[in-house]
Amino acid sequence: MTLTMDDALRQLAQEQMKTDLPEIRPGDTVRVSVRVIEGNRERLQNYEGTVLRVRGGGLDEQVTVRRVASGVGVERTFMLHSPRVEKIEVTRHGHARRAALYFLRERVGKAATLREKRR
Amino acid sequence: MTDETQEKGAAEAPERANAPDMARPLILGRKLGMLQHFKADGSVVAATVIAAEPNVVTYVRTRERDGYAAVQLGFGRVRDGEITKAERGHLKDVPAVRHLREVRLESTDGFAPGQVVSVERFAPGDKVHVTGMSKGKGFQGPVHLHHFHTGPRSHGSDHYRRQGSVGSGTTPGRLLKGLRMAAHQGSDRVTVKNLEILKADADRAVLVIAGAVPGARNGIVMVRKA
Repeated sequence: MTLTMDDALRQLAQEQMKTDLPEIRPGDTVRVSVRVIEGNRERLQNYEGTVLRVRGGGLDEQVTVRRVASGVGVERTFMLHSPRVEKIEVTRHGHARRAALYFLRERVGKAATLREKRR
Repeated sequence: MTDETQEKGAAEAPERANAPDMARPLILGRKLGMLQHFKADGSVVAATVIAAEPNVVTYVRTRERDGYAAVQLGFGRVRDGEITKAERGHLKDVPAVRHLREVRLESTDGFAPGQVVSVERFAPGDKVHVTGMSKGKGFQGPVHLHHFHTGPRSHGSDHYRRQGSVGSGTTPGRLLKGLRMAAHQGSDRVTVKNLEILKADADRAVLVIAGAVPGARNGIVMVRKA
């Protein structure tokens, strides 16, 4: 049985995709449980921050999450469908009027927060 | 339409015997496209998907008769009228196929027309060489083709993407052979070596291979165990 080109690619991508992901939008605050391998031990590490942007779609979807840790701004990009991302949950919906929130990088403290989205 | 052809393919399959084992198994296929592949350890690699429905042995060349040992493999479904009568005659004892390629082997003992080669000969972790026809780039200048440096863009240079000197003067009075110049690029037979098989799915006749493979989508590629 041979599949058409689109079918095979779509199927193979679908098989690797997670089905339980929440909808994530720029401005949301998310908590990501990341599998971290330390030596030969594997543990989960939580990383919470603001979604600066969502890039790509389908199997290739990535989110960039910014947080300020010990006074230093940190941005990590996660591939949502990677097995290393154990879980991702949205803890707050921020109100954002653009797709990429790079202006947050220049802001510190309360200025770097977004209004909560009215639901 | 798809259902019908699939059923037909499934009905044909059981009566075909497997071709004998090859020292380095190979299969012809069609490049479908690329996607990301997550490995078990969580790392992600770019992967190429190749559709490789079972290849049919369409002809066997022997040293005695043809001067060399090779098998001719064919694949690709054809609709009525898509191949000529001559082609149909050549394929009269085997299923009609669209593409034919010959592959030289040390020995063709045990091979016979009608046998099949399928994706089952490959397993995840195998290293393979993939041969295909690279994308054509047309006639390209020395900068694109040989990575020559460009000249100055301004001050009336007139030499921006041109080649520099191509040789001396009266002595030797000719160009040295092999001098790199503008020429056609691409549409070459290219082999990428030692790519890893990530997935070999016999049910869907699909190979997933780590990395990029020569040619455009829908191009014919040959996958051969390294």
